[in-house]
Amino acid sequence: MNALIAAMPAIIVVLSFGIAVLFMAGTRYAVYLLVDHRGGTQAVASDDFVLPTLPMRMLWPLGRTLVLLSVLTIGAGIVLWRFIYGIGSVTNLSNAFPWGIWIGFDVMSGVALAAGAFVIAATAHILRMERFEPLVRPAILTGLLGYLLVVAGLLVDLGRPYNVWRPLVHWQIHSPLWEVGCCVATYTTVLFIEFLPVILERVNHFKPVTSRLPTVSLYKLLRRVGIVFVVLGVVLSTLHQSSLGSLWVLVPTKLHPLWYTIYLPVFFWISAVAVGLAMTIVESTLSSKAFKRGLELPLLAALGKAAAVVLCIYLAAKAADLVARGAWPLLFQPSLEAAAYWTEIGLGVIVPAILFMLPGVRQRPWLLFTAAMMVVVFGIVMNRLNVSLTGLLAYTGLIYTPAWTEIAVSVALVTLGVIAFGLIAKYLPVFPDENEHHA
Amino acid sequence: MKPTRIADGSNGSLTRRDFLKRVGAGVAAAMAAHAVAGAVHTAHASEGVTEDTPAVLIDLTRCIGCNSCALACKAENNLPNPESAPTGLSNEAFTFVSTIQLETPEGETLTRHAKRQCMHCLNPACVSACPAAAMYRSPEGPIVYRAERCLGCRYCQIACPFDVPAFDWGNPLTPVISKCWLCRDRLNAGEQPACVAACPTGALRFGTRRQLLAQAHALIASNPDRYVDHVFGEHEVGGTSMLYVSDIPFAELGFPADLPHSAPPEETAKVMEALPAVILGMGALAAGTATYTHRRSAAHDTPHARHGAAEPPPADASTSEREEL
Ligand code: SF4
Ligand code: SF4
Repeated sequence: MNALIAAMPAIIVVLSFGIAVLFMAGTRYAVYLLVDHRGGTQAVASDDFVLPTLPMRMLWPLGRTLVLLSVLTIGAGIVLWRFIYGIGSVTNLSNAFPWGIWIGFDVMSGVALAAGAFVIAATAHILRMERFEPLVRPAILTGLLGYLLVVAGLLVDLGRPYNVWRPLVHWQIHSPLWEVGCCVATYTTVLFIEFLPVILERVNHFKPVTSRLPTVSLYKLLRRVGIVFVVLGVVLSTLHQSSLGSLWVLVPTKLHPLWYTIYLPVFFWISAVAVGLAMTIVESTLSSKAFKRGLELPLLAALGKAAAVVLCIYLAAKAADLVARGAWPLLFQPSLEAAAYWTEIGLGVIVPAILFMLPGVRQRPWLLFTAAMMVVVFGIVMNRLNVSLTGLLAYTGLIYTPAWTEIAVSVALVTLGVIAFGLIAKYLPVFPDENEHHA
Repeated sequence: MKPTRIADGSNGSLTRRDFLKRVGAGVAAAMAAHAVAGAVHTAHASEGVTEDTPAVLIDLTRCIGCNSCALACKAENNLPNPESAPTGLSNEAFTFVSTIQLETPEGETLTRHAKRQCMHCLNPACVSACPAAAMYRSPEGPIVYRAERCLGCRYCQIACPFDVPAFDWGNPLTPVISKCWLCRDRLNAGEQPACVAACPTGALRFGTRRQLLAQAHALIASNPDRYVDHVFGEHEVGGTSMLYVSDIPFAELGFPADLPHSAPPEETAKVMEALPAVILGMGALAAGTATYTHRRSAAHDTPHARHGAAEPPPADASTSEREEL
């Protein structure tokens, strides 16, 4: 048991990696599986980018289906178990360590990874850089699914999920969690409204519907007032992305000084913008593979450039804070925390920022993708896990490692999101019609 | 130049629409900010707390570790296993008596006992954390819990600097948070908390915080050789209603050391009070930028855009859709 506990940091990194690999492999193969890829052109993009080939590739389609189905079934079984025998029966949580990866990964990382929706929508519609238009719908879909999964994960983690609506009624203005709850609920609705035109475009194909329901006028209305929801989305995202950091401002005696600062909300917000850009690169690259579409490389390169700027601001702000608080010497003391901090900042901020700055990197899809993946895995997932798990270990003692059942539920949630993305992108006009451009 | 997909094939009533947008965003932001600003001001859980709040003084030099208090608590609150003395806080025990063995410099072994429970903070982190006011300060003073509002989010557990709230990990659908509520109903009936009433040695004293602080300092002053000069709870995390005096430094007895004298909720308040400004600022920035860029792009694009959007908006929206993927 002690050996297991000592392996904590390794487990966290492996977990992050595992989920990243699953995300890559999952998107690639789930979508490949789900989307009708017979017929149509097999010619892929004009680049030489090949995703890491996994043994899964060798499996026959039935095998892939079985893998996906068993991941989902196991996850569903564990959730069922939790609702019969309690949260303690499927987690390693205790009164001394009440939040695990269902909060640290599913909620804290999940919300950040869904930030692409507000970042890209703001770029295209508020800054009005219209060339980014092709990226908006996929980003909003990713965001909407991300938030729905966050809510789903939260409902499993809450002890009394049927009371989840109460923050909306009993205002607790001093509670960051109240604010997160209200904003996530509102913003998920806003994302749905932002995505609604995509659904309506498909619905409006059907005369029986359009002649009976005002879907056409609704569509036109949404198009006209869409900008209001974009602005609302930016404000709501700013509020709750940052408030996820404020959650930890309440525990000055528990969180390690490398992470504890009153500026946590600011850092959470800046890094959410950075990962919003990075996730869009990741998601676009994977979709272009899965759907055999062209890659909007110039757009993604521009996002990479922007990400470099944001990452540099993030790095400078974090460094300034460490110096101002006098906590920087802790960086050079050998400790679990220092190692975790260096990994997070080195592999998740510094290296990708440098990569994004190099024109040679921005012209190569696979390097661009790698840099973006580093921001996602180390810069965000590891940072959020550091704040919510690693940074508490010095206070609590090494008393928590995620149970396999906790990991399995998180993995099932990600898988669910990937499959949903594939299905929705198949049946709804999420991606721009390439013929339109080439015609 | 083709009009983009989502871009609202504008150019027509730009001014009016922009105006409405601006007004709409501005009004929404102002309303939200006003609501937040007003509420933040009245939100401090320590608001209205006086030194006359009910309190308990625990004199560790008098505690013999008999567990009468812990068993009386179980009986009073109908907790499970009423016969067995608890060894920690849990959903089966709101209080317990810890036993600490200490080595004196002379090599003797000293035994001390310390009753532990919720400290009933003056500005409690658990109340500040709770998103639904399931944890709240009762008008009488004790920090109490009502299950019917609780989400089971366990943020109160994260927040509490003394790790007091306990969750029911084996209950699938109706778990509750368990913690001492200072027998509020007994207080209302004019009685002492059950633990205080059960203590046979006078180690527990009930009174107002003002009285008990005075008594604690008087005790220390009259026995300076016996007591350490520290009333635990006088200043810790902004002050608590449970106060301790001891002949051994508290850190050696397992009490959290180096607690700040400011309450943790004061840290979050700094952040939360910035919200109105963030809402207004972000809202104004986003709405303002949108208005500016839309106008500029309209002015800039007009000749082309007019050309591009020359086709009237399709009568049937379906024709404006893109075809199959
Ligand atoms: S000791 Fe903990 S549970 Fe008790 S009032 Fe203070 S913060 Fe709340
Ligand atoms: S677990 Fe219940 S009492 Fe504790 S913070 Fe959450 S809602 Fe409030």
